[in-house]
Amino acid sequence: MNVGIVSYGAYIPKYRIRVEEIAKVWGANANSIIDGLMVFEKSVPDLDEDTITIAVEAARHAINRAGINPEKIGAIYTGSESHPYAVKPSSTVVAEAIGATPDITVADFEFACKAGTAAIQTCMGMVETGMIELGMAIGADVSQGAPGDALEYTAAAGGVAYIIGKKDQVANIESTYSYTTDTPDFWRREGMPYPEHGGRFTGEPGYFKHVSSAAEGLMKRMGTKPSDYNYAIFHQPNGKFPTRVAKMLGFSSEQIKPGLVVPRLGNTYSGSCMMGLAATLDIAKAGDRIFMTSFGSGAGSDAFSFMVTDRIEEIRNGAPSVEKLLADPIYINYATYARHKNKIKL
Amino acid sequence: MSVPRFWRRLKNLYNLIGTHCEKCGGFFYPPRNMCPKCRRNGIVNPFKFKGAGVVVTYTIVHTAAKDYAKLTPYILAIIQLDEGPRLTSQVICDHSHIHIGLRVKSAFRRLGEESDKGMIYYGTKFVPMEPKP
Amino acid sequence: MRDVAIIGVGCTEFGELWDKSFRELFVEAGVSAIEDANVQGGKIDALYVGNMSGGRFIEQEHLGALIADYSGLASLHIPSTRVEAACASGGLALRQGIIAVASGYHDIVIAGGAEKMTDVGVETTTDALAAAADREWEGIMGATFPGLYAMIARLHMYKYGTTQEQLAAVAVKNHHNGTMNPKAQFQNEISIETVLNSLMVADPLRVFDCSPITDGASAVVIAPAEIARKYTDTPIYVKASAQASGTISLHDRPDITTIDATVAAANWAYKMAKLKPKDIGFAEVHDCFTIAEICAIEDLGFVKKGEGGKATESGMTALGGKIPINPSGGLKACGHPVGATGVKQAVEITLQLRGEAGKRQIEGADIGLTHNVGGSGGTAVVHIFGREK
Repeated sequence: MNVGIVSYGAYIPKYRIRVEEIAKVWGANANSIIDGLMVFEKSVPDLDEDTITIAVEAARHAINRAGINPEKIGAIYTGSESHPYAVKPSSTVVAEAIGATPDITVADFEFACKAGTAAIQTCMGMVETGMIELGMAIGADVSQGAPGDALEYTAAAGGVAYIIGKKDQVANIESTYSYTTDTPDFWRREGMPYPEHGGRFTGEPGYFKHVSSAAEGLMKRMGTKPSDYNYAIFHQPNGKFPTRVAKMLGFSSEQIKPGLVVPRLGNTYSGSCMMGLAATLDIAKAGDRIFMTSFGSGAGSDAFSFMVTDRIEEIRNGAPSVEKLLADPIYINYATYARHKNKIKL
Repeated sequence: MSVPRFWRRLKNLYNLIGTHCEKCGGFFYPPRNMCPKCRRNGIVNPFKFKGAGVVVTYTIVHTAAKDYAKLTPYILAIIQLDEGPRLTSQVICDHSHIHIGLRVKSAFRRLGEESDKGMIYYGTKFVPMEPKP
Repeated sequence: MRDVAIIGVGCTEFGELWDKSFRELFVEAGVSAIEDANVQGGKIDALYVGNMSGGRFIEQEHLGALIADYSGLASLHIPSTRVEAACASGGLALRQGIIAVASGYHDIVIAGGAEKMTDVGVETTTDALAAAADREWEGIMGATFPGLYAMIARLHMYKYGTTQEQLAAVAVKNHHNGTMNPKAQFQNEISIETVLNSLMVADPLRVFDCSPITDGASAVVIAPAEIARKYTDTPIYVKASAQASGTISLHDRPDITTIDATVAAANWAYKMAKLKPKDIGFAEVHDCFTIAEICAIEDLGFVKKGEGGKATESGMTALGGKIPINPSGGLKACGHPVGATGVKQAVEITLQLRGEAGKRQIEGADIGLTHNVGGSGGTAVVHIFGREK
């Protein structure tokens, strides 16, 4: 395809809570949770951060990284499960905050954890057809896990923005393929504060079915196999699922290592594999080939094949890397965490 | 603050857009349409500030009203932007790290909300330029 | 322009006055002042009403008409004007009254101020007071009034080495003076420890560094000097009346630790009265927070910039000191019904100059100064009074 990633930017809030801290409150065994999920700690938003502020910071990092002229951005799509408004887009605030208004189209996306990658596909189409010069796709969340529920250990906060274009690509998007069915493995009803999930049902019929179908579908269409890739990123609700699906598909643990950020970050939902991709781009070299497959409950997966260009070196240091964003966190206890996540009803 | 009032100042708050008098070279944030030095003779145009500055003075607010009570204790500061003007804002940093002379940069944050049914106000706060040593 | 004198004063109790409404408070103070002046109601030519926030506190505007009506003077169609400059509303009302008489437009005028702050909850009060700052650029960022003055204090401490104890000394002194003022809201002694152990409001200002929420009213009767002795044996002459504006927000102040509106108003006042700061015997200054008094005595020229803390600590501004400051107990102990304060300051100066200040009488009180500030320094009003013209 003629389109690719022109720039990217990530943002992770400074606060973290350790799995042990949460387990203590509910009388659970921290070690078995850490072993079971392969997650040590997760990010927590500050009192004045939300999906919009995170999306703006990620978008600004993407703009700064490659010195993009925001007036050239023709579309912005922000995908999230925690948009601050049920009606009024996050994307208009982002557009205003990066100086891309008013000659632009925007809208918000929702498809559980794959809203961001769906936005990437939309931008790809608009750029490929010449409808716009540059498109921005953002996946950002301040995900909620119900107190005492398994998801509370992993529901994290973070966001990533990708700018898609034709000129000056740092990674060409060779192809994309999606696999979608109506599979209710995880959802949240309007007005409800926390999501519901199907427990073990989210595994086989949800995650594994869709990720592997999309991955196999893309490789079949392209005639590629796992060994053709340097790196692979799979949606990371925890550390176990992507490790297992990688093995199932024939990818090695070395290939998924740079992109596997969930143990130190938690699941940033719409930002999840986009964060893993950013971490991979932070260290990739020209000529590296990257495979990525997202997963959104409901359910669907978007698979992508990227080819890194030599321009990556030129723009790499223009914004903080994922490692820099993960460094020097501030650890908080459960009480502070509950205050930050508005779990205490005032 | 009512919706139209906040909306009028949106761009200024989100992007630190103030004004600049071409006549005397004065920089103004918050924006002013009337240059205090040149008054009617001034030539005043919009200007986007870089967002870098230094803390001139600060306090830690423990008692606040309404919406801001959710954030206490928070750091309120007067910051001098590199281009010259001073503004009032919050600084998000460790309370033991805030000091007069701290170099700061802009960050996009929630300023508050009208109510849980009402409008959310976004804008610029500041964070230390360098992480705490 | 003719000379002007105060011929009568009146003041209500200051405190949480549940039984008294706004109009009742003002009328009480006004009637007291008229009786003190021995003047007939029918002789009053104009009324000035100082009030900061009738709209927020009692959902009432058009206060000039309200007070004229409830003083029984609307039937005489007396011109009545509400004056507002945040916490300097009282001082401003006083000045408008003085100008009216000095100019020859009116002869006998009542200038008063009142505020009824306790009918609403603390949250509404705090928000109403925050309107004295810049709502759009300070308020929206979470700036509270104590927060703004705390930033002044923090920088003052950084630049001049002012200490928490020196700030506390202001509160201790004013409380001590308050014990001798039967109208004061607080008539109890406090110690430096009390102040230093009180809850932090905005670092470094604690609860005891802040003036309280108060109901109250004050009024004075003003007349041309040439006829003052018809009404009183002790007319107190207005030697100067000055007013200055400054930036509304603290961040635009050229020097954050100086209220330049105070400096400007004071300079004009000294010039008008042909006096220097050292000629002032005592003063009522605007101590909305302890730091405000420290800055006031510097900005009024009584001590050098930066020396205000040391001067207070040394006792220079105590009742028996070189230049007694806030003999009434100031805003801190007497209380701060916003619109009334500026006028109450003139009432205190008058009582002192007449020798009628009871236990808190300053020996040989001669030239007195009042200093009233709006917001963090957007307005400053300075008056100088004496027993001679």
